[in-house]
Amino acid sequence: MEANDRAAQVLAGDQDSFRVLVDRHSRAVFRLAYRMTGNEHDAEDIVQDTFLRAYRALHTFEARADFGTWLHRVAVNCALDHLRRVKRREEDTQGLPEDEQSGAFNSIPAASPTPERLILSVELKLKVEGAMAKLSDRERAAFVMRHFDGCSIDEIGKALGLRGSAAKNTIFRAVQKLREALQPMVNS
Amino acid sequence: MRHLTQDDLVLFYYHEEGGVDRPHAEEHLRSCDLCRQEFATLAQSLEMIAALPVPERDENYGAEVWARIRPRLAEEPEKRWTFFLPLRTWTLAGSIALLLVLAFWAGRFWQQRQMPTVAAIPAPARERILMVAVGDHLDRAQMLLVEVMNQEAAGSVDVSQSKQLAQDLVQSNRLYRQTALRDGDAGMANVLDDLERVLLNISHSPNEISAEDLASLQHQIEAQGILFKVRVIETQVQEKQKTAGPRLPGSVL
Repeated sequence: MEANDRAAQVLAGDQDSFRVLVDRHSRAVFRLAYRMTGNEHDAEDIVQDTFLRAYRALHTFEARADFGTWLHRVAVNCALDHLRRVKRREEDTQGLPEDEQSGAFNSIPAASPTPERLILSVELKLKVEGAMAKLSDRERAAFVMRHFDGCSIDEIGKALGLRGSAAKNTIFRAVQKLREALQPMVNS
Repeated sequence: MRHLTQDDLVLFYYHEEGGVDRPHAEEHLRSCDLCRQEFATLAQSLEMIAALPVPERDENYGAEVWARIRPRLAEEPEKRWTFFLPLRTWTLAGSIALLLVLAFWAGRFWQQRQMPTVAAIPAPARERILMVAVGDHLDRAQMLLVEVMNQEAAGSVDVSQSKQLAQDLVQSNRLYRQTALRDGDAGMANVLDDLERVLLNISHSPNEISAEDLASLQHQIEAQGILFKVRVIETQVQEKQKTAGPRLPGSVL
């Protein structure tokens, strides 16, 4: 059964159909959330928030739209809200951060050795994480949607409340920052 | 020969529709060493990022998420406009924000009357309080706008909750706009003026509006770029919060 039919069944009162949707989409939402935050714990929170918010707003979902795309937009907004809350909390409890642009990426604890690290060198991984941390929340959201999820500029604009040209410029800025940060690795 | 710009190369890399003329760009990349090298380094950078690993979640992950959220679905059965906090919470938050502004104005008034012993709160701290209040206001306004923009219309749409929130925001928005005008901050005053029109439109709507009315409202927000402007001035306000002075001893602000 298609996701859209499942959504219709949830609206008709069949809560179990929502379980199927959660089962089908939760891993994709987690990947998006992790790439937005760089932090597993935060990503887990965002996954839960996304499905709760989606459940409550399901009546706004149009049957002719694609459920996965709609859920993606909900997840992006949950992630942005989460990052905003994290920043506020940091400002309230620790004073003002030095770097306005820094996000949750900066609070990533040093990772213990994992198979992933055997595939990607520690230096490269840290460099990429550092580069992602230099993006503003909106730039990171736009970049993740474009680079990892293949969303069009139009979809990104809708999700972030931006016009097409603004969404495009956000991606250009993000790519420019990432290139600058990764330049030494490219040259080496 | 016109070289491809950085932006052209990004659009080309992502196969973005409506971007560069793809056959032309391919032809140019074949014949231009400079652009080909530039494109190669761009692609290399982006491929490094693509290699950033994401922790895997196993097949049971969906069931785990379901187990965590299921009890919360039952706790909050409200189905409409629940992106927002309950209205009472917003009303309380709005009241606190207004009290803070009144406290700020009272401080200014007493200072103007040259009664320095009454001005217990230092001016930078008062400025910070005002910025916090304005920041909260903009945050709430932004959430309202995002919700309206994300709303997908099908038949009639219940906007009663957002209508009440908009009514609540109109009053404080007007105060902040007048304050911005008085302080000579025309940029902020203009944005708040645009925002106020949208808030008034929402607050004057019936509890249920048609899909066409919702689309019109979304068009108004989109066409004037209000959401973006609000985000910009919210960022500016956050900057001012930082420069407005130290926190009050014992204060959470």
